[in-house]
Amino acid sequence: MGWPLAVSAGLMERSSRALVAALWPLTAGHLLAMLLVLFPFALLVALVEWQRQIQIGASLLVIGFGIFRLASRRHPRALARIPPTQLGLWSFAVAIAHGAGLMLVPIYLGLCREADLDQAHAAAGTLINANLGMAVLVSIVHATAMIAAGGCTAWLVYRYLGLKFISRSWFNLDTSWAVSLILVGAIALALVLAS
Amino acid sequence: MTIRPDPTFHASPKLAMEAPPESFAYTLLLSPDFSKPDALAVIDVKRGSPTFSRVVHTVVMPNKGDEFHHFGWNACSSALSPLAGHTFLERRYLIIPGMRSSRIYIVDTKPDPTKARIHKIIEPEEIFKKTGYSRPHTVHCGPEGIYVSTLGGGGKDGTDGPPGIFIMDCETFDILGRWEIDRGPQKLHYDFWWNLPRDYMVTSEWALPPQFENGIVPEDLLSNKYGHRIHFWDLRARRNVQTIDLGANHQMALEVRPAHDPVREYGFLGVVVDTTNLEGSIWTWWREGGKFHIEKTATIPAEPAPKDQLPLLLQGFGAVPPLVSDIDLSMDDKFLYVACWGTGEMRQYDVTDPRKPKLAGSIHIGGIVRRTPHPNGKAFAGGPQMVEISRDGRRVYWSNSLYSTWDDQFYPQGIPGAEVMANANPGGGLELAKDYWISFPDGYRAHQIRLDGGDCSTDSFCYPSV
Repeated sequence: MGWPLAVSAGLMERSSRALVAALWPLTAGHLLAMLLVLFPFALLVALVEWQRQIQIGASLLVIGFGIFRLASRRHPRALARIPPTQLGLWSFAVAIAHGAGLMLVPIYLGLCREADLDQAHAAAGTLINANLGMAVLVSIVHATAMIAAGGCTAWLVYRYLGLKFISRSWFNLDTSWAVSLILVGAIALALVLAS
Repeated sequence: MTIRPDPTFHASPKLAMEAPPESFAYTLLLSPDFSKPDALAVIDVKRGSPTFSRVVHTVVMPNKGDEFHHFGWNACSSALSPLAGHTFLERRYLIIPGMRSSRIYIVDTKPDPTKARIHKIIEPEEIFKKTGYSRPHTVHCGPEGIYVSTLGGGGKDGTDGPPGIFIMDCETFDILGRWEIDRGPQKLHYDFWWNLPRDYMVTSEWALPPQFENGIVPEDLLSNKYGHRIHFWDLRARRNVQTIDLGANHQMALEVRPAHDPVREYGFLGVVVDTTNLEGSIWTWWREGGKFHIEKTATIPAEPAPKDQLPLLLQGFGAVPPLVSDIDLSMDDKFLYVACWGTGEMRQYDVTDPRKPKLAGSIHIGGIVRRTPHPNGKAFAGGPQMVEISRDGRRVYWSNSLYSTWDDQFYPQGIPGAEVMANANPGGGLELAKDYWISFPDGYRAHQIRLDGGDCSTDSFCYPSV
């Protein structure tokens, strides 16, 4: 997400340095959105005896958000109020609005499950730290993958493909995005109920 | 909503210039005595078409007395801004404000422009209630939806509070409310436009409704009470950041035309008349060091004329003012077209150096005293007025009427609606197309023109032309 903005930054300043510079706030905003969503779950997971309920709740939340996105396709107008200079804020807001962070929750809770069982009797403090560490790791891996793909696309468009690629590469993914949220939530829910 | 962006959305002005030429010209028709409903005419402008240069469809409105003036598309190339998230809109609906009634018509031009029809009507009460503004005027699609400038505030005569801009939802066409959060010293309104990546808006001033609805008020003009300021705004913060007074004698600072290429931080402003010598003028603004600057960069003098050939309003002056009523900038930011409605001239300026416009072409047609006929022999009443340039810059279209009550003061013999087209030489120079002449049904006058797929006073871009 956000690579067309990096292309714009590069072209407006006529410098590839500006393109790369724009990638940093885009990454930071995205990363922050992931962490903001995952952190509460990291803290909750310490409540080991409630783990199953938390996982079910999280799955339902993701499904619910997917249904909401499906019903309301409109982009929040607040996004359009963000000035082009505040790329970090834009990246943060758009990741939250799309549910990009929320989508990671079932994956994150799945990753933690084994560790949680092993440490079932460990002190709550240790457990929280371990889960916070996992939340940070999941967020960083996700944001790195996103920005590597976006950065490469931005660079290719800026250097080789040209601006025609901007309109040619745009597909309306709103529906598939909403459906994939529902799908991820449903899979997570099925796995929890089956275990 | 579409799966792919509308093919008429272009990332940069350069890509818009390379797009296929226009097929249809939409022109607003006005019944000046309000005896008939206003209308939208759809004109075939495809070269080689059997109906070339003819009105092929007319959408007649259900009400009378709307007074159509300016209009715009629901979506344009600015939808390709990744910040706004409106990428999958269609350029499909024309937003047509009634300047006198404050009613807005949404006309659907798809699937075929020759079957265009009314999609929705927004009644004036809704606009009054939700915005406190009246007399909607210029329409642009932008980051937060559809922006509509107004000329009047609240109350019956539109003087209860200042006019401004309101926003409409770009899908449902619901009125969302006022745009301004801090208007600073802005009290009058006319045109507006912006630089999207640089995030600023520019607005201009005409007058309040009592100063234009029943005709020009000579006492107000001679005491310099019409608008003469330009305002610069932070687009997203909706805040006035700077206001520049051009000097009170520069009456009616109307059309705002920023450079299309967003990397260029300058633009033009047309001033109708200087009350010290009746000349019209072009101003260039630019941003430097975070501040906006403006200077007068071209003037068009008044032409002396015998008193008996002048309308009552001008007899005391013994001259015809050029009356710069519209300007338009070609998509490559190279040529500025200036309509001199009083003297009957369309001027083409080379503005490659924006602060030193050079006259590159000129066509005389109509005019208060000159009354130059079209090369096809037909009389062109009025003078060049609303001007629209094709995306590739090769064709320049214009109509002949300004505003019902003002038409009657400057052209008391009447202005039957007409639209002409000139071919523009890429190196400079203009020539009227002999085979392009649109006459409209009796009793109608012609105002603004829009081209399908966008034109030079509609589209704004988020990427530079590289």
